[in-house]
Amino acid sequence: MLELKNVHKVYRVGAFGGGRKRAVRDVSLTVEPGEVVSLIGESGSGKSTLGKMVLGLFRPTEGQILFEGTDITTIKGHAARKEYYRHVQGVFQDPFSSFNPIFKADRVFEMIRSTYYPGVSDADWKDRVLDALGTVRLDPDNVLNKYPHQLSGGQLQRVLIARALLLDIKLLVADEIISMLDASTRIDVLNLLSDLKERGLGILFVTHDLSLGNYVSDKSVILRKGAIAEMGPTARVFENPLHPYSRHLLSCVPQLHRTWAEVDAELAANPPEDVELPVAPDEESAPLVEVEEGHFVGINQG
Amino acid sequence: MSNVAGAPGTAEKSDGAAAKRGSEALHYARRNPKLLIGLGIVLGLLLLGIIAPFFVDHDPNEYIGPQGQAPDGEYWMGTTSFGQDIWAQFVYGLRATFLIGIFGGGVAFVIGTAVGFVAGYKGGIIDEILNMLTNVVLVLPALVVLIVVTAYLEVRGLFVQGVFIGLTSWPWAARAVRSQALSLANRDYVDLARLSGRRTWKIITSEIAPNMSSYLVMSFILLFGGAILIAAGLDFIGLGPSNGVSLGLMLESAVGWGALQRGMWWWFIPPGLGITVIVASLYILNVGLDEVFNPKLREL
Repeated sequence: MLELKNVHKVYRVGAFGGGRKRAVRDVSLTVEPGEVVSLIGESGSGKSTLGKMVLGLFRPTEGQILFEGTDITTIKGHAARKEYYRHVQGVFQDPFSSFNPIFKADRVFEMIRSTYYPGVSDADWKDRVLDALGTVRLDPDNVLNKYPHQLSGGQLQRVLIARALLLDIKLLVADEIISMLDASTRIDVLNLLSDLKERGLGILFVTHDLSLGNYVSDKSVILRKGAIAEMGPTARVFENPLHPYSRHLLSCVPQLHRTWAEVDAELAANPPEDVELPVAPDEESAPLVEVEEGHFVGINQG
Repeated sequence: MSNVAGAPGTAEKSDGAAAKRGSEALHYARRNPKLLIGLGIVLGLLLLGIIAPFFVDHDPNEYIGPQGQAPDGEYWMGTTSFGQDIWAQFVYGLRATFLIGIFGGGVAFVIGTAVGFVAGYKGGIIDEILNMLTNVVLVLPALVVLIVVTAYLEVRGLFVQGVFIGLTSWPWAARAVRSQALSLANRDYVDLARLSGRRTWKIITSEIAPNMSSYLVMSFILLFGGAILIAAGLDFIGLGPSNGVSLGLMLESAVGWGALQRGMWWWFIPPGLGITVIVASLYILNVGLDEVFNPKLREL
């Protein structure tokens, strides 16, 4: 459904745009219907940039982003872009800045209505909104006709997901949607994502949290400095991390019953089997090597 | 946490929220002396300029009374050395001054905000080009250009003067609006509006502009005052409307016919004081508005 082919993003930085900053380097991946793909990486790894490029908010410097066969960078004109957003929607990291603070929160539904369903009657529209709110398990009385500051982060985040559900979406880009929520509301939103997955939605789940990636996704992509370090089925990536960076990352996850020293000692005692990492021929490309079925490792960037 | 907003006691808060927002600004506006004084004087003079000319039954430039008459019961502000009624000139002049302020300031405001919003929202190469244009106009010696251009015009009316003032005084407004729009354009809700299939101009007018409405009002007030000052300056050096009346033209003829030397204070004080009071109260009004909109500046 969604396919990224050798996508690059290079920012111009500094005075007169003289400097170059490579945010995304040669990334290729796919998202299928009903599949949750996690983009995992530290800050600055290019994961949010990838999400925004899929949403068409940034243009890739090079490469193709194909959605159902069409390259989205070739979409021209307002009508075509509108049609793309009918199927692809996003939810952002900070629910409080996703709402214009001077308007009521349910204005996001009205925006969808005025652009996509101008002909729908008031009663019919109300049913649809209530239906969408029911799907995200929100009580309409609690959220309709309220200002953003009167709602909690979890409620706002679910309002945004409900907004996306009003459209006929096939792909949802969830950019760090959990990181601003507290633990009790996190699990609600995560469970909601798995419900959506059951309905056949493809989800691109951008996160810096390994355990969340493990919890929700079918496929995990670990990014490092804009390039893919390791990509494969989540179970394989987490059970048998092959790239040195993924191993390091996994050993950094705090564990409830063990101290850092114990983890380090264990890692030193059983050094993991080594795999041959691909070598990049130049500064720009980042080739992948398939080590087992569907499980790829990328270049080592130190 | 998720059920806090549904807890008892939060429902009544939500109903009044819209009204509360507006009334909060109103609450501080009513208690801000700077705003009240500035607004009172500006509105008072505006009303005078609108209404009083209807009660003057002769042309303000007509030679109607005794020459060089000091203020008395019949000629409230006296007459000029030609016998023109200064009260009539003053109220017609006020009207012209407000017109030039609204028109010249309005043209500058429209150009400035349009350039600022597009530059700030679009960014990239469009921003660079518009910014360059803004900087070029900003460093033009505006008064010199105005003098040269208006000196070459055959017919000089209020309209032409307003257009020229507007075309030369927009750059700082464009810069101010651009910097605000630049920071607002990167908010997530603007991205969300794009994902909702909104057009660019719609995003600017319905997502960005409402969040800086107080800023826009204040920009307009400053442009308004600036246009009045530039117009008075042009009138004073003899480049005003060819056959009209304005406070600046009154000052010009007062000085030109030696009112200062002859001690005819009633000829030059009304127009000079009029311009000063209008512009000063506009600036006081602006400071007052700033205090109302910006909580950090509020006095308790």
